[in-house]
Amino acid sequence: MSISIQNMGFSYGKHEVLHNVNAEIPDGCLVNVLGPNGAGKSTLFRCILGLQNGYSGTISVNGKDMRKLSVKERAREISYIPQSHSPVYDYEVMDVVLMATGNDLGMLRTPGRSHMLRAYEALERIGISDLAHRTYTQISGGEQQLVLVARALAQNSKTIIMDEPTSALDYGNTVRVLSCVKQLAREGLSIVQSTHQPDQAFLYADKTMVIYEGSVAAYGSPKDVITKELVSKIYGIDVEVNSLYDDRVRVCVPMSEVVHS
Amino acid sequence: MENNERARQLSHEDSRKSGGFDFASVSTKKAALFIICLAVAMVVVSAVSLLVGRFPIDPFVGLQILFSQIFPIEPTWTTQVESIYLNVRLPRIILALLVGCALASAGAAYQGTFQNPLVSPDILGASQGAAFGAALAILLGFSSFALSATAFTFSLATVAMVLLISTRAKGNRILVVVLAGVMMSSLLSAGVSFIKLIADPTNQLPEITYWLMGALNGATMKEVYLAGPIIVVGCAVLFALRWKINILTMGDEEATTMGINVNRTRFVIILCATLVTAASVAVSGMIGWVGLVVPHLCRMVVGADYRKLMPASMLGGATFLLIVDDIARLLSTSEIPIGILTAFVGAPFFLYLITRKKRA
Repeated sequence: MSISIQNMGFSYGKHEVLHNVNAEIPDGCLVNVLGPNGAGKSTLFRCILGLQNGYSGTISVNGKDMRKLSVKERAREISYIPQSHSPVYDYEVMDVVLMATGNDLGMLRTPGRSHMLRAYEALERIGISDLAHRTYTQISGGEQQLVLVARALAQNSKTIIMDEPTSALDYGNTVRVLSCVKQLAREGLSIVQSTHQPDQAFLYADKTMVIYEGSVAAYGSPKDVITKELVSKIYGIDVEVNSLYDDRVRVCVPMSEVVHS
Repeated sequence: MENNERARQLSHEDSRKSGGFDFASVSTKKAALFIICLAVAMVVVSAVSLLVGRFPIDPFVGLQILFSQIFPIEPTWTTQVESIYLNVRLPRIILALLVGCALASAGAAYQGTFQNPLVSPDILGASQGAAFGAALAILLGFSSFALSATAFTFSLATVAMVLLISTRAKGNRILVVVLAGVMMSSLLSAGVSFIKLIADPTNQLPEITYWLMGALNGATMKEVYLAGPIIVVGCAVLFALRWKINILTMGDEEATTMGINVNRTRFVIILCATLVTAASVAVSGMIGWVGLVVPHLCRMVVGADYRKLMPASMLGGATFLLIVDDIARLLSTSEIPIGILTAFVGAPFFLYLITRKKRA
């Protein structure tokens, strides 16, 4: 089991964000997490990654209780792909990827040739090794996101968490990044990503988890989970779910726009 | 842009030739060359600095005096020349190199850990703490050695206080640390003003004022022995941590998920940067600009990677401060405090660099 969450809950002071969260994410599974703003998706991710302590219940990754691991040991089990953002300083793409390879290094050490090779292999696996010597801040947003995917690969962990990886990308780049992620899951990685587009789940997820009002409202195959009723309820708008190409894919349409016109 | 394109093509050709990936990019080779040039420049400037001054010394005699410390050589020079050479010039040059290296590496380290290129080594109150300690020591009539020790102690105590306050405050950790530093600095600078007010205007007040401007004249081996070991050890640790500083610039959360214990790493970096800053300020007074400008200039040439930036800043800071101190020594018979000169040289040069057109 890649990620196993049992009776997990979290509160900021008196404000309860998550309660009674239970979920099992199998190995090599691509899971899509849906939920309205403020439902607790990011908090759940922060707890799994060990960025937020003080949760109740247990979270284990690859069979290991995250609470008992050091920061370094955690990084070997799970890596994190943030939304692409501009760092303060201009690093080369190669250096950005290299940063994740050093979790076997002592505090006073710098990466060597084997780390460089690992970083380069990660870039090559994503198909962007020609960007290696470009400046990270000067490549496009889509390329930056792919570099961060490569960085997570270079970390050599079996599980990856992505927080809204495509929210700042245009349509083409969204498709490119998500196909790349899907391919990685096919190659055996477990990937959990949050998104605001229910449609994406039908194309790019093995399972969909819906977080609503601080708990798991539904978890299963996208076609079972993303229904007219559920999407309408969690986002508070009237939605119709329709199928295309003999139900090989489905789409969500907000009804208010269609009916009035 | 065109340059970049060419560089990319070149590195592509390289990698095709070697049948693999070219790890040392064009920019890495350029950075390595720059660092070697800085090292050579530092040695040359040091050698020249030993010989020039109000009593110029023949290079051959200079070498002889140095060797006469180890081997028995019949002196062909006066004891006065030897005394100037070994007791005045040599400690001053060593101190300029040490202080320059310390301020620049501390500045670079702070700029990385606080993810802000505008941070200087006195951001956490190290300089104002030292200034208050020194002013107090002058007011109480301490000897020069006790003055340095007091300044050093107050400098460390101020930063410790800032860090302590920041752990008790809520909000963004970095912002809180910086705010606490600014507040402590302004408190202590008010303290310095108060000491100036009550100090004896005939001798104490000018001494305090002069100390605050920063100067390396009057440096003796005693100062070198006091500050030297701290600066050497502190800078060595900062150098060893250069890769970890890279990862810290990505932000606390990303660094944590990449396996870095952020709080512990940042504490060690701040501790070392503060120690070397405090040691420098304690023996040289307030020398601004080096810690802010030198890392900036080096970043423009070698890039943001601290594996190159840290050694470049260390060598660049040492060389820069030595050159400025030479100017201070040679320009006029009544010496200009080096703290003034670093700003006179540093500020216009910096303004020129940020306003010049980017190379096409």
